[in-house]
Amino acid sequence: MTQPLPSTDDIDIVDLRIPCRAEWVALARLSVAAVASRLNFSIDEIEDIKLAVAEACTNAIQHAHGSPYIEIKCEAMPGALRLSVRDYGHGTRPEHIRSRDLTDERVGGLGVFLIRSLMDEVDYQVHPDQGTLLIMVKRLAN
Amino acid sequence: MERTLDIKVNVREAQGDCYIVELSGEIDVYTSPKVKDAIGDLIDRGVYNLVIDLEKVRYIDSTGLGVLIGGLKRVREHGGSVNLVCTNPQIRKIFDITGLVKIFGIFESEDAAMKALV
Repeated sequence: MTQPLPSTDDIDIVDLRIPCRAEWVALARLSVAAVASRLNFSIDEIEDIKLAVAEACTNAIQHAHGSPYIEIKCEAMPGALRLSVRDYGHGTRPEHIRSRDLTDERVGGLGVFLIRSLMDEVDYQVHPDQGTLLIMVKRLAN
Repeated sequence: MERTLDIKVNVREAQGDCYIVELSGEIDVYTSPKVKDAIGDLIDRGVYNLVIDLEKVRYIDSTGLGVLIGGLKRVREHGGSVNLVCTNPQIRKIFDITGLVKIFGIFESEDAAMKALV
C-alpha cells in the first residue's frame, strides 16, 4: 500500500541534468548511489537504486528521440528516496510501457521489468511529444 | 565527450570447440556494444559453445542481459549453448528476478560451466 511521504520541509533535493547519451548513464547511477548512501540504505538496496535509475536513463536514451538531456531529481527524505527521471523526447505511448513476459526470451521490456521489481513505487507519466516523467520511490527496509 | 570504456573482454580457446569470454568491469548501455561485438565475432567464426565468465563484472543492466540473450539465441540456432560463470550475489539476483536463470546455465566456476557444455 502506498504510504504518505514526508512534508517538503523534511526533503533534501539534489538535481542532476545529463546529456541524453549512453556515456553519461554511469555518472547518473553513481551520483544517485551517493545520495542513497546518505540515507542509510543497505549496499544491496543502493545497488537496486543504481540499476533502477540507470534503466530509466537507458529507456530515455533509447526511446526519447530528440530529447537533448535527461533530468534526474533526487528527493532524500526520512525513510525514503524519491527519484524523478524526466526526458523531453517524443515520448513512448503509455500502452507501450510494459514489463516483459518472463516466458519470452526476447530482449525488450527487461528494463521496465527491473525498475518495477526493484523499486517500491513506480509511476510513469507520458506526455506525447513532451517527454516522459518516471517517478520511483525506494523506502528504507526498517 | 567520450568516456573510457569500463569493460574488458578477454577471449580464449578452451577444450573442445568451446571458447571462454571473460568480462571485467561494468556492462551498461555504453559498454555493452563491445561485449556484443566480441560474442558476435566468435559466432561469426563458427564458435557455438561459449562460457561467459562474469566473475569480474561489477555491474550489469538490461542492455547487458540483452546481449547475453541475443548471443544465446544465435548459438542455439546452430545447436550450441552459452553457460555463465557468476557468483556475485547482486548480479545473480538480476538473473533470478528476470527469470533468466531458467534459460542460462549458471555455474560457480569456469570448469563446471565447461563440463556442462561438452
